Formats: sequence, structure tokens, C-alpha cells
Amino acid sequence: MNTQVDTQPLVDMKNISISFGGIHAVDDASVDLFPGEVVALLGHNGAGKSTLIKILSGAYQRDNGEIHVDGKLATIDNPRDAKGYGIETIYQTLALADNVDTAANLYLGRELMTSWGTLDDVAMEASAREVMGRLNPRFQRFKEPVKALSGGQRQSVAIARAILFNARILIMDEPTAALGPEETAQVAELILQLKADGIGIFLISHDIHDVFSLADRVAVMKNGQVVGHAKTSDVDEDEVLGMIILGKCPPGATPGPGAVN
Amino acid sequence: MSESSEAQPSGAVGTARQSELSVVARFFKATELDTRMLGMIGALVLIWILFDLFSGGLFLTPRNLWNLSVQTASVAVMATGMVLVIVTRNIDLSVGSILGFVGMIMAVTQAEILPGIIGFDHPATWLIALAVGIVLGAAIGALHGYVIAYMGVPAFIVTLGGLLVWRGAAWWVTSGRTVAPMDSTFRLLGGGPAGSVGATVSWVIGLIVCAAIIAMIVNSRRQRKRFSFPLRPIWAETFLAAIGCILVLGAVLIANTYYWPIGIVRKYIQANNLTISETDLIVAHGIAIPVLVAIIVGVVMTFVATRTRFGRYVFAMGGNPEAADLAGIKTRWVTMKIFMIMGVLCAIAAAISTARLNAATNAQGTLDELLTIAAAVIGGTSLAGGVGTIAGAMIGALVMQSLQSGMVLMGLDTPLQNIVVGIVLVIAVWLDSLYRKSRQ
Repeated sequence: MNTQVDTQPLVDMKNISISFGGIHAVDDASVDLFPGEVVALLGHNGAGKSTLIKILSGAYQRDNGEIHVDGKLATIDNPRDAKGYGIETIYQTLALADNVDTAANLYLGRELMTSWGTLDDVAMEASAREVMGRLNPRFQRFKEPVKALSGGQRQSVAIARAILFNARILIMDEPTAALGPEETAQVAELILQLKADGIGIFLISHDIHDVFSLADRVAVMKNGQVVGHAKTSDVDEDEVLGMIILGKCPPGATPGPGAVN
Repeated sequence: MSESSEAQPSGAVGTARQSELSVVARFFKATELDTRMLGMIGALVLIWILFDLFSGGLFLTPRNLWNLSVQTASVAVMATGMVLVIVTRNIDLSVGSILGFVGMIMAVTQAEILPGIIGFDHPATWLIALAVGIVLGAAIGALHGYVIAYMGVPAFIVTLGGLLVWRGAAWWVTSGRTVAPMDSTFRLLGGGPAGSVGATVSWVIGLIVCAAIIAMIVNSRRQRKRFSFPLRPIWAETFLAAIGCILVLGAVLIANTYYWPIGIVRKYIQANNLTISETDLIVAHGIAIPVLVAIIVGVVMTFVATRTRFGRYVFAMGGNPEAADLAGIKTRWVTMKIFMIMGVLCAIAAAISTARLNAATNAQGTLDELLTIAAAVIGGTSLAGGVGTIAGAMIGALVMQSLQSGMVLMGLDTPLQNIVVGIVLVIAVWLDSLYRKSRQ
């Protein structure tokens, strides 16, 4: 898919800054995302990728900068606002309530209610079975709290929660960190399928091979600043590693404020 | 059990696996009974039997069991709220003091303020006093909740402060004077021969509860059928319904075989100008009103905890506060609401204990916070958060009260009673942690 055809980005984060107690965790960072595109965010631990993404998902409030969704200025002050714009997040920590079951986690904050105003647990379990059946057909432990599940099963619950509500923008923070090879392949397949549906995906990953097989573009961060953007077809793995480690922008990439000369 | 249920679909594989399970395991799997709760009920029955043996048959009498139910009511009401507090990883050390202060205000309202305005023993007195108490309880809870949730002061500190503040306030209101007597209608909330509903009404209530149990089982089966989920076998459903009904009707039977003492019967005959001999008139107490109040509170709180959005959020916050935040739950507001509920429950408990004592003293409810926390914890509420049931906490309250009354019946010295209660609390929580570890 040629992303340059789309003139209007799905998400455009402009000049975002946030600091925690004097430390600039994210400093004047700009990234954008087009429909049906996978943009990988790369960088060392502490480079500011997760912080930048948590600003988009409403978990952190930015100090400066603007977020545009569909070209319009968006107000994202908390996770509810972000979900209102169709932004769903799969956190690195999964952010599951360990003591309740799969259906309760999938619908946390957006429970289905009966006409009596009570929780419709049966309906929630039914749709949980449906969506989990697509992601992980062998999964049967719907009655158990999610802390009893294996790492891969927990991961699929977190992914199911993100895609259950027709997300338009998906943020995946290390989605395959806890998975075995087979499950990782499943997630890759899912990403391609979601991409084909026109969903825009921000992918945070440490696995540079993953990034090159899945992402259309990369954005590299270092010390809270964006080193540069590049289409994955215009750069190779060594060049991207150079961006991550040295902050050096190769000829195929567009340099950002964090690039060294 | 947890390994055997892994990847076990219903149908052919399930039945093949099931035949490998022992009869006991199959029974528990089919009935989906909570083994922890069963263990606690077993412990309660054991305590009752031991006390009955050691007290020479004084414990398991309708009279003692009826008294036990009335004595448990106040702490049981507060324990239902303490579950929500502890599930969200908070604590409330102030419930005993809130009980004392709210009880004092309700007493002053009905014994000193209202008689001057609407007259003594006016039919509306009890309602006004109760409403004042509940509003005050909710306001105190809201204040605690606000400071905890929005100002970020730990619940332990806020409610430790509350413990001192409200105890002091209860003293200050009347300069330490005891306020009595209570309004005659209000006193019905405390139980006693007049404050019980009688045999016929008790049976009717018992039958209604039985019908509700059966309706719930049928309804849940219908719901699961609608989405073709695995169903419990019919024999298991019937068994559960039968056990539930037997327990309810058995409890009613016990309440209905505790008769009015002869002195009360004599007064009743005189008051109503009856010609009947006092030995011929046998009047059963039936269920006491405070016990009914506690049961209604328990049912409502169970509904809130398991069937409403609020209840779901409470448990999710207890399991992972950060996840609840990220899911868009207004966690601060939920926390504040929990403390408001706790305040209202303290007011209901204050009404019960003030009515029962027919007076309000500034020491009322002293140490109740510890009994309430102990009841919730013995009832399976985990101090680590996220785990707990309302029914468990109420049974926990019954266990605590059984220990205390049993030791009184055995004639044990007060210092020994405290020593035993303390040791039992620690052992109960230790056993519970062993049980939880073995389940993982």
C-alpha cells in the first residue's frame, strides 16, 4: 500500500513534549500515521517511545503540542477520550485486571448492560467466546480469572480487548514480547489483516526483523527526541540500528530534531 | 483442579476426562460450589458443636442462636461495606467511631430535638432520625473518600484520623452524657420480642426466599442455554436448590421455636386485656428485625458487588488499579462512592445497636472497626485486594460473634476471650493463605 496517496493522516502528533520532574521524557516529537499503515516506533529503553504513545492513549497528559485525528484537533485528556476517537492500546504490561475473568476484562469500562441496568455477563461471555475463538481457537478458560492464564493467553486477551470495539487506530506496545514463535506468527498475521481493514497501527518493538517484515515506516527516538522517519523500503536494518544507537540519520530518512550531524 | 480444566472443551473430551475425576471432585465440578466458602461454613459448624459440648448444651438452642443472629447484625452490616473497601486495597479504621457518632446524633435527634418540635413518640420520629443518620453517615464517608481519592492521603491515615475525630465528636455532642430512651418505633430495629416479625411472617419470608433461590437457578440456566454455554447437570441444580431451601427454612424454624419469655407474655396479656392463661399463650419470636435488615443489606450489597458496573469496577481496581485507570474507569470517584456506602452502612449499624441498647453512649462501637475488618478477612477478603465476597464477610461476622458468645456461655474470663479471638483471627488468615497457595 502506498501511504503517500492518502493526503490526510489518521493521526498527526505535532511537537509533543512532556517532562517528569525536569527530565524531558519526550521533547518536541512529531509522528503521523495514515489509514492502513503500520508505523514502527524504535529506540532504546527510555528513549520515550512508550511515553509518547501513552500521551496518545490518554494515560499521560502532554505539556505541549497538538494531536490531530482525521485532520481535526483532538482533545485527549484521559483514556476515555482516546477510546472515543477509536484509539485502542495494547500495553506492554497488558493492563489486565488479574482477578476477573476474560469477558470482564474485554469489556472493562464498556460493560454490556441488560435492560434492567445490570451487567449482562452472559452476553459478554458470548461475545468473548466469539472474539477469542478467532484469535486463539483453543482457548476455553472463560470462567477463570486471567491471572490463571498463560502469558500467551493473557496477551491474546489484551489483543482481543483492543480489536473488540472496532478500533481505527491501534497502539501495540511490544505485542509479542510474551509470545512463543507460533503465537508471534499469529499476531503478525493479525496485524496484516487489521492493516487490510484500513486500521492504522503504531507498533513498538525491539525486534528489528519484526519491524521490517510488518512496518511500512519507522520512526526512531533517542533521548526523548525523534531522530528521523523513513519508509522501510528506503533504509536497511544497519542504517536503522545506526539511527537507534548513534542518532545518525541515513540518506533515505527524513531527519528530525534529534538527529546528529 | 486448575490443571485438569486447562483446554478442556465441553462435549466428548470433557466427559472422557470427567470419568477420571474422583466422585468428590466431580461433585464439586458439577455444582460449582465455592470450596473456600464451604470450608468456612464447616469451621462455623465445628465451632458451634464444640461450644455446645463445652457449655453443656447451652449453645445450640433456639434462644442462643436467635440472640447470636441479633448480636451479629450490626457488625455484619458494616462488614459488607468493608469488603468493598478492602477489595480496593484500602482500609477503614473509623467505622466504630462513625457508628458511635452517628448513633449519638440519631439519639439526640429523636430524644432531645424532635420531641420539642413534633412531640414525643410521633410516628415519623424514627424515620426522621434514621434519615438524619444515613445522610450524616454518607457525608462522613464522602469526606473520608474525598480526602483519600482526590487528595491522595492513604486510607489508613485518613480513617485513623477519623477514628479519633468521630469518637471525640460523639463525646463532645452531649459532653459525654448517655442519651436515652429511644423512640418506641425506632427500638424495633434493635430486635427483642416486639422487634421480631412473628411466626407467620417469618414463614412467608422463608418461602419467598426459597422461591427466589429457585427462580435464580432457573433463570441462570435459561440464560446459559440461550447462548448454548455448558450447563450444570440437572441433579446438581436440584441439589443446590434443595440445600438452599432447607437452610432457609431451617433458620426460620429455629427462629420460630424461640418463644417469648413468660414475663413478656404476662405483660402482653395485661396490655391487651386478654383472659387467656399465661402458660397457654405461646408466641414465637420469628426472625428479628435487625437480622432482616442485615440480610436485606447483604442481598443488596451482593447485587451491587456482582451485578452492577460499580461492583465490577471495584473488583477490577482491586486486581490492577493501573489497568482500571487505563480502561477509562473513574477510579477516584469509585473510591469516593465506596467510602460513602461504608458511611451509610455505619449509620444502619448505628441504628441497630442504638435501638438494641435503647440508648446512645459515647463508647458505642469501640473496637467495632477491628471486628468488622476481622469479619471481612476471615470471610475471605484478601488484604492484597481484588478478592472477597459479601456473603463470606457476613459469615465471618457470625464466626467472630459465635466465638465471643460461646466463650461467654462457657464462662471464660474476658481477657482470655480476647486472647482466643486474636489467636483465631491469625490462624484463620494463615489457613486461608495456605489454601490459596495450594490452589495456584
